[in-house]
Amino acid sequence: MREHVYDTVYLRSKDFEEGRVLFETWDPNARYAWDAGVAIGRYLQELKAGRLIGRSCPECRRVMIPPRMFCEQCFCATDRWVPLQDTGTVITYSLCYVTWDMIRLEKPQIPAVIAIDGASPGMGIMHLLGEVEPEAVKIGMRVQAVWKPAEERIGAITDIAYFKPLE
Amino acid sequence: MSGNRVAVVGAGMTKFVRRAQETAKELAWEAAHLALESCELTLDDVDGVVIGTAPDAFDSVHMKSEYLSDGCGAWGKPVMRGYVGGGTGVFSVLQGWYHVASGLFDTVLVVCEEKMSSCQPHPQGAFLTIFDHTTERPLWPNLLWIFALEMNAYMSRYGLDKRDIALVSVKNKRNAADHPAALLGDPNITVEDVLNSEVLAWPVQRLDVSPVTDGAVALVMCAEHVARRVTDKPVWIEGVGWSLDTAYWTNRDLSYPVYVEEAARMAYKMAGITEPRKQIHIVEPYDPFDYKELHHLEGLMLFDKGKAPEATAAGVTQRDGDLPVCPSGGLLGVGNPIAAAGLMKVAEIFWQLRGEAGARQVPGQPKRGLAQAWGDLMQVGTVVVMGV
Repeated sequence: MREHVYDTVYLRSKDFEEGRVLFETWDPNARYAWDAGVAIGRYLQELKAGRLIGRSCPECRRVMIPPRMFCEQCFCATDRWVPLQDTGTVITYSLCYVTWDMIRLEKPQIPAVIAIDGASPGMGIMHLLGEVEPEAVKIGMRVQAVWKPAEERIGAITDIAYFKPLE
Repeated sequence: MSGNRVAVVGAGMTKFVRRAQETAKELAWEAAHLALESCELTLDDVDGVVIGTAPDAFDSVHMKSEYLSDGCGAWGKPVMRGYVGGGTGVFSVLQGWYHVASGLFDTVLVVCEEKMSSCQPHPQGAFLTIFDHTTERPLWPNLLWIFALEMNAYMSRYGLDKRDIALVSVKNKRNAADHPAALLGDPNITVEDVLNSEVLAWPVQRLDVSPVTDGAVALVMCAEHVARRVTDKPVWIEGVGWSLDTAYWTNRDLSYPVYVEEAARMAYKMAGITEPRKQIHIVEPYDPFDYKELHHLEGLMLFDKGKAPEATAAGVTQRDGDLPVCPSGGLLGVGNPIAAAGLMKVAEIFWQLRGEAGARQVPGQPKRGLAQAWGDLMQVGTVVVMGV
């Protein structure tokens, strides 16, 4: 099949350094303002108050977080706000040593999926872990939200600074 | 099988490279031109065109398929673009299939292209927008996170060791050494190389991941009466399937890709496959990360849950094993220009079933093969079963 492969031109760094190829650059400046919506709007209000909240489906009875105004499985309206705890269990985690643009980090960030207490089993949210040594993190570990001080909370997922191990 | 019979009769591709001098459009032309030439057809013979290309954000070109269209042979023709992220390469074949199976068109040109290198400083910047804008993006997630989270869930569920998974990377990069278009073929790579490579987002290390790549692949698909005229070695589309899981990914069991199973069940039913482990001879599952090949082999029901690593260690998935997996070298070895990478897998099955894969040819004259891709927010499975 070699004859069905085109001899595409492979550029190397020195082609740019030595000015052998030309290119154009562009720096986009698109700005957005997302409406949080009905369900997540309430979720953010509760975060500002230092609480987690879920929403339940009248048909399958799942208590869901993040909350939603409809159940994607039963395709009916959800009908009840359910206060949840700010504790949970680590379902999975990573120790991440690079930023999104591949810059190396000394100390890893520890993203995790955390199943929230009071929601249905397996209902997790993504957040970060803190106040824990990387090697001490385990799947199944019990954790609790560390809230920013009330005056610093703005109604955002970052009102929780991170989750830390529960003693 | 539903609808009219559909065959693949030609394929062509660019080299997969880290950064191509060619524009996206030029890459598309290189592949499309070679695919038509491979079956001695011209653009006049083409009734419709399917274009597959993944995020517009890579190129910062809005409606990128329209921009690409001239290079895809789409001038003055009915054109369709389907887009399911990483699943796009195989999804484009499914679209080509229903254009012809429906009787609407006799001959369709399917072109998939990706130029990831334009996005600076790293195409990860374009991937960030995949996360929920209110509940996740304020945490500045890195795309590697979701793979690392999924890989860790998979490893922990089945008690797997990194060594079990690194074998996939070794196999695929070695296989790719025989692929004339490959970016990262390496006949001498070892498990230690993978285990000693830089840790990115544990458990993901540098050599667990496929590289940023530019490239394009094209196929010619046609109805039976055209196929019989064009070639004496048509490769038939026997089954297609696809399925999408919820975008609430943190609510899912990340250790098993149920959406791949759903897509496979749909394709197997259409192809009349009741015992996939006996009836499928060669597989190209999507392998942007080494654990994904294992995850997908299990989703395709070719191995029991958690058992694909054991089979890999036993050599079952080697090119000369009982079930050759990624004989092309896959995304880990040939490269990962998103949409084009999925179509490369379908082209590999085409060449393998025709006995034209050269140094990569699997022994035993395989009669039936499967290609699968995966994408969006870890939620779509696209499957095609082909046979001779």
